Amino acid sequence: MKKIYLYSRYERFWHWLQMVFIFILIVTGLEVNGLYSLLGFKRAVTIHTFTGLAWLVSFFFFVFWVLTTGEWRQYVPTSKKMLQVIRFYSFGIFKGEAHPVPKRKDAKHNPLQRLSYLILAAAMLPVQMLTGFLYWRYNVWNAWKLDFLDLETVAGIHIALTFAIVCFVIIHMYMTSTGHTLTAHVKAMVTGWEDVEDDQEVFDWEKQ
Amino acid sequence: MMKEFFMQSFVLKKHVAKTCCLMALIMGCFLPPVHGEDGMKPVDKGGFAAMRSQQIKINHSRYEILKQDFTSGDEVTKACLSCHTTADEDFRKTIHWTWLTPGPDAETPMGKAGYSINNFCISTNNMNDKSCSACHAGWNGKEGEINCLVCHGQKEFNMTEAFDDLNYFKAESDDESRDMAQEIQGNIKKTVEDIGIPQRKNCGSCHFYGGGGNGVKHGDLDNSLATPSKDLDVHMAGDGGNFTCTRCHTTRMHEVAGRTYTSPASTTRKSLIDDDLMPKITCESCHSSSPHKILAKMNDHTDKVACQTCHIPAFAREKPTKVWWDWSKAGELKDGKKVKTEDYMTIKGEMRWETNVKPEYDWYNGALRTLTLKDTIDPSGIVQVSKPVGDSHDPHSRIFPFKVFRGKQPYDPKSNRFLAPLLSGNQGYWETLDWESALTLGMKDMNLPFSGTWDFVETTSVFPITHMVAPAANALSCKECHSPMGRLAGIGGVYIPGSSDNAWISRIGVFLAMCALLGSLGHGVLRFLVRKGKGI
Ligand code: HEM
Repeated sequence: MKKIYLYSRYERFWHWLQMVFIFILIVTGLEVNGLYSLLGFKRAVTIHTFTGLAWLVSFFFFVFWVLTTGEWRQYVPTSKKMLQVIRFYSFGIFKGEAHPVPKRKDAKHNPLQRLSYLILAAAMLPVQMLTGFLYWRYNVWNAWKLDFLDLETVAGIHIALTFAIVCFVIIHMYMTSTGHTLTAHVKAMVTGWEDVEDDQEVFDWEKQ
Repeated sequence: MMKEFFMQSFVLKKHVAKTCCLMALIMGCFLPPVHGEDGMKPVDKGGFAAMRSQQIKINHSRYEILKQDFTSGDEVTKACLSCHTTADEDFRKTIHWTWLTPGPDAETPMGKAGYSINNFCISTNNMNDKSCSACHAGWNGKEGEINCLVCHGQKEFNMTEAFDDLNYFKAESDDESRDMAQEIQGNIKKTVEDIGIPQRKNCGSCHFYGGGGNGVKHGDLDNSLATPSKDLDVHMAGDGGNFTCTRCHTTRMHEVAGRTYTSPASTTRKSLIDDDLMPKITCESCHSSSPHKILAKMNDHTDKVACQTCHIPAFAREKPTKVWWDWSKAGELKDGKKVKTEDYMTIKGEMRWETNVKPEYDWYNGALRTLTLKDTIDPSGIVQVSKPVGDSHDPHSRIFPFKVFRGKQPYDPKSNRFLAPLLSGNQGYWETLDWESALTLGMKDMNLPFSGTWDFVETTSVFPITHMVAPAANALSCKECHSPMGRLAGIGGVYIPGSSDNAWISRIGVFLAMCALLGSLGHGVLRFLVRKGKGI
């Protein structure tokens, strides 16, 4: 095993900050939705709104980072090796085969990750933010000429995406355990250093 | 050494205290002003009452014309009118006198003196049912002069009775009677001299007793409001706003605003800042349409939910109100005698009362649709004698609290129209307990046909709840509506987060999340079992 520096400081910071935001939003959002009583409706609403807004603001920084650093290339989808990856998680992983797409600095994500992160970060989360923001500004729809909107629909999309995000989080958390140790991937997101196989060719710039 | 230390620590303490004060001051400058729990307090406490008493005060006891020995109510009124020359013309045009309001057509005026009905005493039978006119603001129903004192007399004193007694004692010649007559005359004089703007108990002398007794009809009006506690009504409480009724029911030329009948009492939702001559004071007049703290979610409710909905959590909070009146059970005697208990009256039927009642809610634009004796009904179901007008698409409608009054009342099964029995007087039902004659006479007074057969149908009527505004701390919590079986369950036309609206999405969502969880767990367990001993 040897280490490569995979995740920059900002990227790690953003990952964990977003995790906290999304966790709070899910917990308070589902309380607002009526699934359980935990904080009390009023408090859940207040926390949800302000966390949502904070996330919205900080997401713009993330977009800026992705665009200016060129990291967006990591999310360009590809079908190359897609089938191998699917085959790996369906069968190979049980036999102890090696991952068909090892992590490297200029390709942090395997094709399956690329696709799901792209859908998440470019579609689901922005739409969730948009519907959340609209939901919050519900009383200004008329003034903004948005009165064709219908709260039940906007809320419906917001709820549906919530559960899609919940599913993502569950699978995502499970997938972190599929490294060479149970916590290897999590450690990488904390320290920035990912372990890769010894026989993997590593260039100097990857070690930083 | 010790002393030095103490001195030092003292100086230090002083220093710290100074710094703290300074910091608090600086921070104070940036903090928004504190307005109590939530939102604004529009009027300084008691300020209005104080202001009122400082307005021009006329001392009526100084007027010679009021120092006469009055022998009848009409004479008193004539004395009033000698100065207030147009008061009587103005007043006779108002609904307080006419008890009429335009109906669906010229031949069908609505109102208590018209063809409207309710499910209490049903109808005044064209003002022939004398007991109904007890509250009419004249000395003798609609005949003769108006009675200025009901509204403007500041002393609680039964003038009609007093004049009867006075004239009786005056006719006698003994000394004792003369003394009595003098005393009564003195009391009449004192009453006539003590005149002012209407107080809560003036309006209450009729409006608290609608339906024939204290609190019977409205649910949010009973004599507990004469001197209410702040818990009962923040606006009218002496230690609250100390509002009289006319504070909100503003009055122009004796026309008192706030009647709720075929048209809304107020069609505009403006604050007094926009228009300080509005004909009717509403919540928004003083509190604006965003009365809560800036960014408070409650402000986003005011487009759909009336203030009353959250701020009047229950009505009849101190004294009971009648909720059920079944005329079909009337007429039963016990040992040959009329029964009169809380739940049953031979002359009226079966009753139910409730205290601290949760309102029912509906869309409401301020108008009510009330049936008349000419409307055809469908007796196979429950008939809505009155119902709120409004719906969720109407920008003037809000979700509003109501008392729904239920009961059974007579109708004509041949014509499917309601029937109006004559109740009081020698020939009224209350004397004769004979439906056939009471209904025949009652319908004759209305000039309407009666087939001679009658039956009873269940009906409901609604009363908008707007008085008894509770302190902010007692307003409804979010959960009262934002929960699956909340107060607004089934109201329709509005999406309520946390209710069961959109619950199907959540159900599918929970199912999918479970699948994801079980799938991941299954994959993990399989991985563990298959690769046992070969790392993870
Ligand atoms: C991962 C992100 C988010 C999740 C999981 C989430 C989840 C939820 C859920 C489940 C509800 C209840 C919906 C209903 O039952 O009608 C809700 C309501 C709401 N959400 Fe979000 N939400 C997220 C982000 C946001 C954002 C970014 C905003 C923008 C400010 C926002 C604003 C709102 C508003 C205003 C409501 C309506 C209730 C309230 O006022 O709190 N949400 N959210």
